[in-house]
Amino acid sequence: MFRTLVEVLRHGLKNRSFVIGGTISLLFFLVAFLSYFWTPYPVEDINIADKLLKPSSRYLLGTDHFGRDILSMLIKGARNSVIVAFVAIGIGIGCGVPLGLTAAAQKGWMDELIMRFNDFTFAFPSLISAIMITAILGPGSVNSIIAIGIFNVPVFARVARGAALSIWKREFILAARSAGKGPFRISVEHILPNISSMLIVQATIQFALGILAEASLSYLGLGTQPPMPSWGKMLNEAQTFLHFAPQLAIYPGLAIALTVMGLNLFGDGLRDVLDPKLRRSR
Amino acid sequence: MTLLKVQDLCVTLNTSHGPQQVISHINFSMNAGEKLGIVGESGCGKSITALAMMSLLPPDSKTSGKIILEGRDILTLNSKEICSIRGNRIGMIFQEPMTALNPVQQIGAQISESIYLHMKLNQKQTIERVKELMDKVGLPVSRFGLNLYPHQLSGGQRQRVMIAMAIACNPDILIADEPTTALDVTVQEQILDLIRDLADSSGMALIMISHDLGVIAQTTQNVMVMYTGSIVEMGSTVDVFQNMKHPYTYGLFSAIPHAGSSAHLCRKRLSSIPGQVPELHLRPRGCNFADRCSRASKMCKAKDPVATRVSDHHQVWCYHPLKEEDKQ
Amino acid sequence: MRIFLVKRIFTLVLTLLVATLVVFVVLEILPGDPASVMLGINAEADTLNALREELGINRPVWVRYTSWVANLVTGNLGISYTYDVPVSELILSRITISFPLALLAMTLSTLIAIPLGILAASNHNKPMDFLVMSFSQIGIAIPNFWFAMLLTILFSVTLRVLPAGGFAGWDAGIVPVLKSFLLPTIALALPQAAILARVTRSALLEVLKEDFIRTARAKGVTNQGTLWKHALRNALIPVVTIMGLQFSFLLAGTIIIENVFYLPGIGRLIFQAISQRDLIVVKNLVILLAATVIMINFMVDLLYAVIDPRLRGGNDV
Repeated sequence: MFRTLVEVLRHGLKNRSFVIGGTISLLFFLVAFLSYFWTPYPVEDINIADKLLKPSSRYLLGTDHFGRDILSMLIKGARNSVIVAFVAIGIGIGCGVPLGLTAAAQKGWMDELIMRFNDFTFAFPSLISAIMITAILGPGSVNSIIAIGIFNVPVFARVARGAALSIWKREFILAARSAGKGPFRISVEHILPNISSMLIVQATIQFALGILAEASLSYLGLGTQPPMPSWGKMLNEAQTFLHFAPQLAIYPGLAIALTVMGLNLFGDGLRDVLDPKLRRSR
Repeated sequence: MTLLKVQDLCVTLNTSHGPQQVISHINFSMNAGEKLGIVGESGCGKSITALAMMSLLPPDSKTSGKIILEGRDILTLNSKEICSIRGNRIGMIFQEPMTALNPVQQIGAQISESIYLHMKLNQKQTIERVKELMDKVGLPVSRFGLNLYPHQLSGGQRQRVMIAMAIACNPDILIADEPTTALDVTVQEQILDLIRDLADSSGMALIMISHDLGVIAQTTQNVMVMYTGSIVEMGSTVDVFQNMKHPYTYGLFSAIPHAGSSAHLCRKRLSSIPGQVPELHLRPRGCNFADRCSRASKMCKAKDPVATRVSDHHQVWCYHPLKEEDKQ
Repeated sequence: MRIFLVKRIFTLVLTLLVATLVVFVVLEILPGDPASVMLGINAEADTLNALREELGINRPVWVRYTSWVANLVTGNLGISYTYDVPVSELILSRITISFPLALLAMTLSTLIAIPLGILAASNHNKPMDFLVMSFSQIGIAIPNFWFAMLLTILFSVTLRVLPAGGFAGWDAGIVPVLKSFLLPTIALALPQAAILARVTRSALLEVLKEDFIRTARAKGVTNQGTLWKHALRNALIPVVTIMGLQFSFLLAGTIIIENVFYLPGIGRLIFQAISQRDLIVVKNLVILLAATVIMINFMVDLLYAVIDPRLRGGNDV
């Protein structure tokens, strides 16, 4: 396990997307982690006296309309994004991968059913699900997590199913079946490890999409609520001040764009590294 | 009358190990109406030679030498000129009929495409010609409509469509790259017969590429044996097959399982050539076959062998060609 | 071909029914008592009961469901609790904003993306390819509402050539209407175009590697010819899939962008309904949106059969 990690790193460091994307992503996670221990200023305090200040040595990125330090809010917002996107992926993988594996293992009507379910869920983008949940529960980050998570399920189910189907055709699976192993054991012991790299790459992509989705939902007021800062909410509040303080809109958006781009690049690089390796070692 | 002359052809491809020379210094020529076979294992460069003649190699490959067709060197032509030769003066059919046809286009349209490109026929004449071609390749129009899609046809039928496409403009040369390898045994015979008959009736020259000695025996007058990018033996098919001189050619023949009345041959174990074809980037100096050859000497490993004339229509590239006693 | 059509229509109806079930369960059953959701926990018992009567909550579940579906099919989308007007009226007045916006955005996105994708694929590994890929990377990462804000900062705040939001109204004339639509359309279209361009490029590159492309070249078809006559139609299949999927994202995007630019469309309606806790509007609007997406996917499926003859289920020889 450790050896493959080192190998991945070795190949990865030669890949430009991997390096650039990986650095940005690492930075992002470190910042999110940092927020648990320290932010330059507390984000809960409202300090009207210092509102709408331009960037200075005191407030590195300036302050918003409540006098809160923008940098601190960005840092804590990173944490919020990570948590929402991460749990959403957890839901996606936890529900989607078993579904996909089952569909590939059972085929027949079970497969049809799961594929129909998939297609159906695609008709409800996260936004619509979030709207429905908010309508009955009221807004909150849990809504975002559920809504984004629900949409992740068919994505992972489809990837898992597709990858699993091609592994099922391989000869060593035939050998395992001849030895008497049932489909459940085969799925867990043989199929899963072989599709894991595809799942990891997809997870990176969905993580990036999750951050975007979280930002959209909190922008609309459906997701994370104050006092927890979220990048989307910051953009929403910045909209009123577009004429006086446009920088309020630029920083959070830049944070989102850079993070998502970094994660996407990392995912691309990871795919380049894991995929040819997979092909060669077979 | 010489139709095609290949001089000192070398091809270098870009691989994961960097640029590698896959064909070195190939020389041969063909007359009009001649049937030439190219035989060798996978990876020996036979397909690459054919693709080089059509100028269909990947854009990052390097080709040197001359391929002279009707007095013009194909390798010096610009893309417009090349496109007027492909499908027109030279036709080619490929190995995998299942994937070689456009899945969303009707077969009639696919066959008529070369006609539109190269012949000045109006629509009515084109359709007539397409129907003619389909009849010729064994797909009578009464059973096979022009508006069929490839997925509605079997492998053998698709291969016939490919043949129709390739001969649509009456090319001077037809290149068949392993045309029957992917087909059922029963269909193979039919397709080979079809190709041979078409070549015979139209006076078209044929280059038959195969790893199957039986195919070569059935369809060719002359044959070229290739190994790791070079020709090792060349001559008339009868001569080479009955009087082979290169140890590799002999090895190929010995590897064929024997059935029938020759009892002593049946009892023998299947022989195989020891060792493996060297990877592209690991090809040794001198004769590429030396590592696997029981007759190799120091000279073989030091210098590339040159052509030795065995008879009027037979050459071999070997320092120690086989004699009758050596073959057992 | 007929069997294909029948199967598809059957799936369509089934999917629509399941959608209604899901929306019904989530918005009527799960909250327990829709009346208290709408009126708040501090509402008086009398008002609650009156509302329950009005909504017909006291009827058995399956009656409520079937009467709702029956109403939907006949076009009766209920009466908005907040405005006391039929929901269908509300929707009709808003759809004149949302529908043109979505259409314009989809058109612009396709017009930008597909040529760019083709350009990138035919210049693979050359500077143009790299340029298109970079544009695509940036476009994918930018949230469309942020992009909308940036456009506003540039064109409304700094250059003052376009309005920052609001809708001039159809009577104001065609030019002010177009001006109101311009920034929203660009904000919606560009991120979508980024994804679509990438998909087009990779679909084309994949197809160009296929055997039948080599066959075409062996016939003497030029590089341009193979691209346009052979590769493109085969590449369209995955591209059309993505375009269909994109529609649901486009819908979500339209809702967001309407909120950014204060356009009185379906998006704003839904949010007003949420903040006013008007479950009737929310419920009917959600099923309408879901049904639209499902219908579009259905039409994309039909489009497949037009593009790819293998799906038409013809008879083999």
